[in-house]
Amino acid sequence: MRNSPLHTRPAAVLLVFVGGAGGTVSRYLLGLAIPQLNGFPLPTFLVNVVGAFALGLLLEGLLRGGNDVGWRQRVRLLLGPGFLGGFTTYSSLCVETVLLTESGRYFTGGGYAVASLLLGVAAGAAGVWVAANVFEVPEVQPGAAHSIVTSTQVLHLAQPATLTQDPPGGWIDPDAAQLDDAARGSGRADGDGDGDVEGGIR
Amino acid sequence: MIVALLVAGAGGVGAVARFVLDGLIRSRIASIVPAGTLVINISGSLLLGFVTGLVLVGAEPADFRIILGTGFLGGYTTFSTAMIETVRLLQQRRWVAAGVNGIVMLLLGLGAAVLGVFLGTLF
Repeated sequence: MRNSPLHTRPAAVLLVFVGGAGGTVSRYLLGLAIPQLNGFPLPTFLVNVVGAFALGLLLEGLLRGGNDVGWRQRVRLLLGPGFLGGFTTYSSLCVETVLLTESGRYFTGGGYAVASLLLGVAAGAAGVWVAANVFEVPEVQPGAAHSIVTSTQVLHLAQPATLTQDPPGGWIDPDAAQLDDAARGSGRADGDGDGDVEGGIR
Repeated sequence: MIVALLVAGAGGVGAVARFVLDGLIRSRIASIVPAGTLVINISGSLLLGFVTGLVLVGAEPADFRIILGTGFLGGYTTFSTAMIETVRLLQQRRWVAAGVNGIVMLLLGLGAAVLGVFLGTLF
């Protein structure tokens, strides 16, 4: 049971449901409160950019505090794929852009799509950066067995597959992953800082 | 009030659909570009385009679009995960994969939305 994929565990699915319901209704209510800006879909735009920042902050903050297990994992499921996944929306972005361009407002539609993508990536990166630098969340738990994990490898474990879902074949323990790296002699355990890790974790 | 509750419930179901589908895709397809989010966002954009097209031509009432579109499909698709996955690819200096996850996903989503609106207005 412990090793079953997250998406097959009822407790995990329930957390995502509760968070998703809360995030979706928050977006709906903000959409009623925030006015459109001269046809520009300001509500979706703001929700998406703020949500991208919050997700970067959340995931990097949780990750730097420890492994994705226990309460940490429950918070991630509730707020990550749950609340922020439901809060932000990709389909509205695409359809609103299409409706703008089909009504002849090419500049507004194009600007909306491009600005969403650029500011979305920038906001997500800013969230990750803030969690990593401003809050000075400890990278690893002091005294923990994996306390020699470098910042490179923390980022390594931050790959989306491990953030949002168990990897194929179940969870891979970071300690085991290190042994794995060492066994491969990949030379990537030296924290060369390029974030380009070749290990088997996905 | 009733609409808000229905939107919340539909959004929760959409989020669970995304979570389960993403898990299924990840357990089957090991790719550098996260295929789960890509499939979810493109299919969701197609469906929202379709729902919007139906409402545009008056085949369905506006509440239909709010509950199914804003609720279910809004909860199903996700912008934040797509952005963070792009940031992670950039951190790994996987420039092409990051470009695909950012730009190509958007272009495919827009194409799917165009197709969806067109199909919806046929009814």
